[in-house]
Parts: sequence; C-alpha cells; structure tokens
Amino acid sequence: MATKDIIDTLAGIEPGSALDGIRAKRIQARDNAQKSYLSLFEPIDAGDVSLVERAAVALFVIGLHREPTMAGFYRAKLAATADGARLVEAVDVEIARGETSGPYGAFPTGPLSVENKAGLIYRVSAERKPDLGDRLAAAFEHAHLLVFRPRDAAAADMKALLAAGWSNTGIVTFSQLVAFLSFQVRVVTGLRVLGASLGRTTNAAAGA
Amino acid sequence: MSAANNANPPVVFTQDELGWVSWIDPLLEAELTERHFAGLVDRFRSKSEYFRLLVRDPEVLEARTKTDKDIFYNVADGLPRAERELAAAATSRYNGCIYCASVHARFASTYSKRRDDVQRLLDEGVGADLGERWNAVVKASVALAATPIAFSPDNIDELRRAGLDDAEIVDVINGASFFNWANRLMLSLGEPSK
Repeated sequence: MATKDIIDTLAGIEPGSALDGIRAKRIQARDNAQKSYLSLFEPIDAGDVSLVERAAVALFVIGLHREPTMAGFYRAKLAATADGARLVEAVDVEIARGETSGPYGAFPTGPLSVENKAGLIYRVSAERKPDLGDRLAAAFEHAHLLVFRPRDAAAADMKALLAAGWSNTGIVTFSQLVAFLSFQVRVVTGLRVLGASLGRTTNAAAGA
Repeated sequence: MSAANNANPPVVFTQDELGWVSWIDPLLEAELTERHFAGLVDRFRSKSEYFRLLVRDPEVLEARTKTDKDIFYNVADGLPRAERELAAAATSRYNGCIYCASVHARFASTYSKRRDDVQRLLDEGVGADLGERWNAVVKASVALAATPIAFSPDNIDELRRAGLDDAEIVDVINGASFFNWANRLMLSLGEPSK
C-alpha cells in the first residue's frame, strides 16, 4: 500500500485498492511519474520558465483535453500561483477557442501525404494577447500544435519561441511540460476507466 | 550533423535505424556537470544529441527516463515486452512520429518475431488486421492517443477478451500513454534523418 500520489488523486485510486496494488508492481514508474510532476511544478530552478507560466500552460493543455477533473486541478493551481488568478479567465476563453479533435496535420511530402488531415490552426486572440503577454501567447500556440498536430512541428516553430523570449533551456522545459501532461492525462483517464470496470465486475460478482 | 544539413529525411515509416537531429542547441559534452550526468541516468547517453538537448532540464529528464525504463523493461507480473513495444509503435504511427515508430517497431519485431505484421502496421496504419490480441492493443493505444481521449470501457472489454489481465492492461495504458510524451518531444524538438 502506497501513499496517494498525484495520479492516484486525479484518477480516484484509494490506498489498498486493486489498482493501487497493480501500480505497486511498477513502483519506479509510479515514483518517477510523481517526480516528473514535482520537477515541472516545484522546480529547483524556475529561471527559464516561471511558475505562473507552467501553471497557465498546464491549464491550457488539460483544458484542451476536455478532462474536467484534471482541468479543475490545474485551474486551482493557476489561481493559487502568484499573479496567476488574473489569467484564469483568459486561459479559459482560449481553451474554448482552441477546442478541436486530433491528431491531425501533415506528413513529410511523399507516400504518406495521402494521410494528411487538415484542421484548426490555433492562434491566440488579439483581445487576449495583452493579458497573456508575448511569451505565453507563443507558448499557447506551440502547446496547441503539440497537443493536436505534433507531426506539423517544424524548425520555424523553435524560432518563433526564441523570438518571443524563450531560451533553449526554457523550450526544453516547456516541451517536457506539454508532453508530460499529455502522458499524465492519459494514464489518469486509462486508470479511471479500468477502475470503473473493476467496480462493475465486483458488483456483478456480489450480485451473482 | 545539424538539421540544416538534413537533406535526406525519411518520408515513410520504417524499421530501419534512423538518426535524429535537433533544431535547437544541445549542450556540448564538455559542458556536462555531475548534475547533468545524474539527469542522463546512463553515462553513454551523453553521446546522443537528443539526450544532450533534454539534459538542459536534468531533473525532468532523470525522472522521465526512470519512468520509461520501468514501464518498458520491468516485465514482472505484466505484459510481454513485445506488446509494450507494439503499444509504443502503434501510438507513434498514429501520432505520426517516424523516428519513435522506427525504434519501437524494431523492438516489437525482435521480441515477437512477427516482423511482417509489424511492417503492416507501419505500411497500412493502425487499421491493419494483426489478429485479435494485437488488434486490441493497437485499438486501445489509438483510443488513448486521440485528443480528446477516446479510451472507453469497450477497450477494456476487448483487451480482456483478448486474454489480458488487469496488470497487463495497466501496462498497455502506461506504454501507450508514455509514447504520447515521447512522440511530442521527438517531433517538436528536431527531426529524423536517414
């Protein structure tokens, strides 16, 4: 039996439950998913990506996944971050503007081009850009690319981030943040669906 | 080699060994400190451009690498390696990561000895018919990779009908989910080269 970590909390896994027991068999994966979360949200050095930027990007990314429990968690995190509360409304508006279904995008020109799929190319609204600032506006546009059409990413996107004030190290941390959240939301959703099916099995057995 | 010199990028999914070139500056080997080596976990990763780029944030890289290793290499009480690699390859095929798909298709072939089936996944895409058990793993991986996430109780039922127990289903969830992390780094920070 392990102490609840952030995935347990978000997926509703209780200590001593069947899923807790299964997660205990992958204790290094479990502990390091937690360490990844802590390294991103309670970093040793927030010099290249501020805490408020991390929380705002997290709410935006999870909001785009339309996962209400986790979005609520990251919304509260942003609201509790110094200077974050004023951003919550703007982020929620941008989430609504960016909602779509993925993955889509283009493959390198060649035989795979027949699989190219067009879709929304998201840009931050002109009205919200002053609230977010250049760095976060560029970050949201890049995060949307990574969430929905990662195969469209190109060298020019790195230049856009550098031009908006992101450092090389900041780009690495920010990319890890978006990519990690893409992992976390799937583990949480997957475990929650599996957990619900276990409950169903148990109830059926109890009724038999 | 820098990305600017990458005149010959792969344009199809393949099981061949590919290179990968960064679009932004990795650290130089001479710049690496003990903090960076801790982040690299295995010292030989200092030879890789990809890891010398990610080690700009050593704490996140260290935690990510250790997550990866346990999900894929710790086979006690869980899914065989081949099917974890299949989940990684299917996720990469669906998201469009030619580099990740090449590595994990190769591993899936090595561990399953079903190279032709793995190649059909790459050639035909995630709709290729690979038999009940592999189809269930591929479908679950694809449902998890979709945004919004489409993974449902039907996926669990299919995995169970195909013979997977709950611990094995967790390995599918972890393996497929992890590649939504990996694909987004490989696709967004650089590109594959032949």
